Amino acid sequence: MTMRLPPFDLVTPTTLQEAAGLISDPTASIVGGGTDLFPKMKRRQTTPVTLVSLAEIDALKGIRIDDEGRCVIGAGVTLAELADSPLVPAVVASAADAIASPQIRNTATVGGNLCLDTRCNYIDMPELWREASGHCLKDGGDTCWVAPRSDHCWAISSTDLAPVAIALGGSLRLVAADGERIIDVDDFFQNDGIDYHTKSPGEIVVELLLPAFTGRATYLKHRRRGSIDFPLLGVAAAATFDDAARCTGIRLVVGAVASAPLRAIAAEEFLIGREFTDDVIEEATRLASNPVRPQDNTDTGSRYRKWMTPVFITRALQEIASDDTTNQEEEP
Amino acid sequence: MAERVLALRVNGETHRVLTSDHRTLLEVLREDLALTGTKHGCDVGECGACTVLLDGRPVLACLVLVSQVATGSVTTIEGLVEGGKPHELQSAFAELGAAQCGYCTPGMILSASALLDEVAQPDTDEIKAALTGNLCRCTGYNKIIEAVELAADRGQL
Repeated sequence: MTMRLPPFDLVTPTTLQEAAGLISDPTASIVGGGTDLFPKMKRRQTTPVTLVSLAEIDALKGIRIDDEGRCVIGAGVTLAELADSPLVPAVVASAADAIASPQIRNTATVGGNLCLDTRCNYIDMPELWREASGHCLKDGGDTCWVAPRSDHCWAISSTDLAPVAIALGGSLRLVAADGERIIDVDDFFQNDGIDYHTKSPGEIVVELLLPAFTGRATYLKHRRRGSIDFPLLGVAAAATFDDAARCTGIRLVVGAVASAPLRAIAAEEFLIGREFTDDVIEEATRLASNPVRPQDNTDTGSRYRKWMTPVFITRALQEIASDDTTNQEEEP
Repeated sequence: MAERVLALRVNGETHRVLTSDHRTLLEVLREDLALTGTKHGCDVGECGACTVLLDGRPVLACLVLVSQVATGSVTTIEGLVEGGKPHELQSAFAELGAAQCGYCTPGMILSASALLDEVAQPDTDEIKAALTGNLCRCTGYNKIIEAVELAADRGQL
């Protein structure tokens, strides 16, 4: 069966101002690389009348280090460019390299991965399937099929870059027709499968800004296959230590277990001032993994993901505790 | 619904194509240009059967709009043949039986050719990494990897 895209008009502005004006039309949608949007359009999850392509806007391109030492990554940078860039922190490059497949990384963009739509077994299905099962909340229906008594959608945040960006204290520059703002990546997301970020439809993500970072960082991604798959679970950790190996600052973020990346604040507070001994890591893992409540809405069951959460948190903390911080993908 | 005439650069030739905005590169290659070597698999970016090279880099023709490649240069499996002579990878795949049902083969070969353009003598891990976006439902991966190694070795001669 051929799944063709529904008809639309493509407009390709060359400036941010022009693009911001065009997307104020509620029937328009932004498209970056299209690797997330087009499958959804083929499945008729969304049918925009106009697509505003960001592909020809120079302001979205390139990676640079600014005067404050921040790494500034254009939202239109492809994941392949990000993975190959010597300018970005190694943890960012390796997280980018673990997304999707080589072909998709050549097309997909940083902005697209950060704004990646939340995913769920009940929404990412062909139209006929969704109609037969009854449309879910995210699909305009009145029931969440994952949690039928829930009043909100539980679709999963599946971006790999966001947990890493949050761990590194990153922020986003957003531009709209009437101005711009900068927001912490941590504040950009909210735990609701439908309204999973706070970007208004008229805003465009222009840049990801990462402060200069000299600590140790890692991102562990868990998935069934070593390629293509979205994360079942992602753990990002970034920390600094004093000469006595005591933690002077840390951010610990768990991805793909809720509709937004989850900061493990209690664990972070516990770890400050402590050396990462086995006992300390064990307690921090307990604090970080207890609140995690994965739902049964992606590949593998929720119990398995809940079970693996402390395992990956422990591994991430062990990695940044040692000098040998190589970012790696864990095999199931 | 906008229709436009595009000058599409495919395999070194320029084709004038009348098409609408929502058509993918895959549709135009197969249906308008009759380049059916590019296979139509999952349609949603998971299988890699529709892999083509855009300016030398592998992309999925099912997820690229034809109107977005008008400024680029596309290479399909047909374009690897030069002067009637198969590409080193095509010969190696044929000789080693690296194609079983053959459906993934064009995509596999294009992903591999992009790798060999960048790394003349890749090791096995590099070959595997370059082919991670191409699924073989016959699961004949070993022969495929061996064929890429053979083509790389011959390319050195």
